[in-house]
Amino acid sequence: MKKIKYSEITPEKIYKNRRSFIKSLGLGASSLAISSISFLNSASAKNRDELTSYKDITTYNNYYEFGTSKSDPYRNSQIFKTTPWEIAIEGEVEKAIKLSMEEISEMFVSEERIYRLRCVEGWSMVIPWMGFSLSKLLSKVNPTSKAKFVEFESIYDPTQMKGQRYPVLNWPYNEGLRLDEAMHPLTTVVTGLYGKKLPNQNGAPLRIFIPWKYGFKSAKAIVKIKFVENMPTSSWMWASPREYGFYSNVNPNVDHPRWSQATERIIGEGVWAPRVKTLMFNGYGDEVANLYTGMDLKKYF
Amino acid sequence: MIKYFKQGVFVLSIIPFVLIVYKTFYNKLGPEPVKEITHFTGEWTLIFICLTLAMSPLKRFTNLNFWIKIRRMLGLFVFFYATLHLFTYVGIDYRFEWQPILDDVVKKKYVFIGFAAWLLLIPLAATSSQKMIKILKQNWKKLHKLIYVIAIFGSLHYIWLSKTIFFKPLIYSLIIILLLLLRIRFKKTT
Ligand code: HEM
Repeated sequence: MKKIKYSEITPEKIYKNRRSFIKSLGLGASSLAISSISFLNSASAKNRDELTSYKDITTYNNYYEFGTSKSDPYRNSQIFKTTPWEIAIEGEVEKAIKLSMEEISEMFVSEERIYRLRCVEGWSMVIPWMGFSLSKLLSKVNPTSKAKFVEFESIYDPTQMKGQRYPVLNWPYNEGLRLDEAMHPLTTVVTGLYGKKLPNQNGAPLRIFIPWKYGFKSAKAIVKIKFVENMPTSSWMWASPREYGFYSNVNPNVDHPRWSQATERIIGEGVWAPRVKTLMFNGYGDEVANLYTGMDLKKYF
Repeated sequence: MIKYFKQGVFVLSIIPFVLIVYKTFYNKLGPEPVKEITHFTGEWTLIFICLTLAMSPLKRFTNLNFWIKIRRMLGLFVFFYATLHLFTYVGIDYRFEWQPILDDVVKKKYVFIGFAAWLLLIPLAATSSQKMIKILKQNWKKLHKLIYVIAIFGSLHYIWLSKTIFFKPLIYSLIIILLLLLRIRFKKTT
């Protein structure tokens, strides 16, 4: 198998080499962004470096709030209301704040960020997100010395989210990162994809995306970000601590009890396409491996 | 009459197969085609297990014997779809790379129990002919009780491979439990 240089698809290189950053606040720059994508498409290598189609990204989702099958989120989220929307940043901070979506889009410039997504189920996509580093958002507050972790809480609204009427997970969806992971420049606040506003089924109006971790770590439709002292118990850890660890870094050497994580299938390829080898940290090792030096990643899975 | 009925059931039972072959060759399997085939054939295996198990209760409730006449054929379709399912996994998904397959069988309990279920189907399929019924006599019935074990293995397989039991794994398990319970009562009252 050909070795994939992730620098080929990290946005830094693409933008530095090929064009300047798209300054975009969602819809405004959609035409610009899309033209850039076809350029990228033709210039990039096959398989893992090729963007997944808009259709697959927006109709094949795991988003249990809207149902457990992959097609449910697209079908059941179309009438989901994302305005008005407010995000609270609180917990171990000097002064808690609340920001509306409008304020957030005024404060932060969303740029195109093309990242691989590796699902714990053994499939992967390449997604041109629109977003900015979470660290920028978090810098709006001053954490106290007690703050060691950041917790993300998704919206709880069973009237709009059918899946929440059943105890599939302990709603609302909860995820967390260590502070240094949350502050890492690759950890992204996502507001859009393919140069468009973020579709509801992908976590609108605002989600996070952590490219070196399995997809479920990237909480959708976030309403609360909380600095905490102790390691939070995420919804999936709560559901099955043996299967889902707090870190959940993409790691081909540590199997999920039910699935081998050594290989993955690339979404959008035909029936006869082979599996490809999964990369350590989903291929972002150069950027993030230093966060985990000295840690036994089999133990802290 | 029975003959036409049987032929009708055969044609109906082959429809899922025709459908999945059509979808495979006309690229209608969606974003994750291999998983789609695996799930489709797996689910139809389980459906045929349920159908097979439903025949003797149906006979009891309706007092019609033809349910029993199609039971063996339905059982053979269990084996047919289970084998397609296994082949999808071994041949299409892992392209006969035995190492990861063996690892899975040993390490992943859902694969282990699915594989066990498939192995148990072999003696049943091999003894399904009229001739074997005659040769095995009473033992045939005993042997074919294995389908109860296979059904339980099949539903455990589904529960273990799913991230949550909601809802399909739960529904199939309840159906299988019900079909098995119907038998216990049946035996005590007759
Ligand atoms: C009687 C035997 C079996 C039955 C009834 C059965 C049934 C099923 C069912 C119902 C599903 C899930 C379908 C869905 O999600 O819609 C499934 C998935 C699967 N089965 Fe089986 N199965 C059997 C044997 C096997 C065997 C022998 C293997 C492999 C050695 C196997 C491997 C798999 C795999 C890999 C999946 C997909 C797991 C995933 O979603 O990642 N099964 N099976």
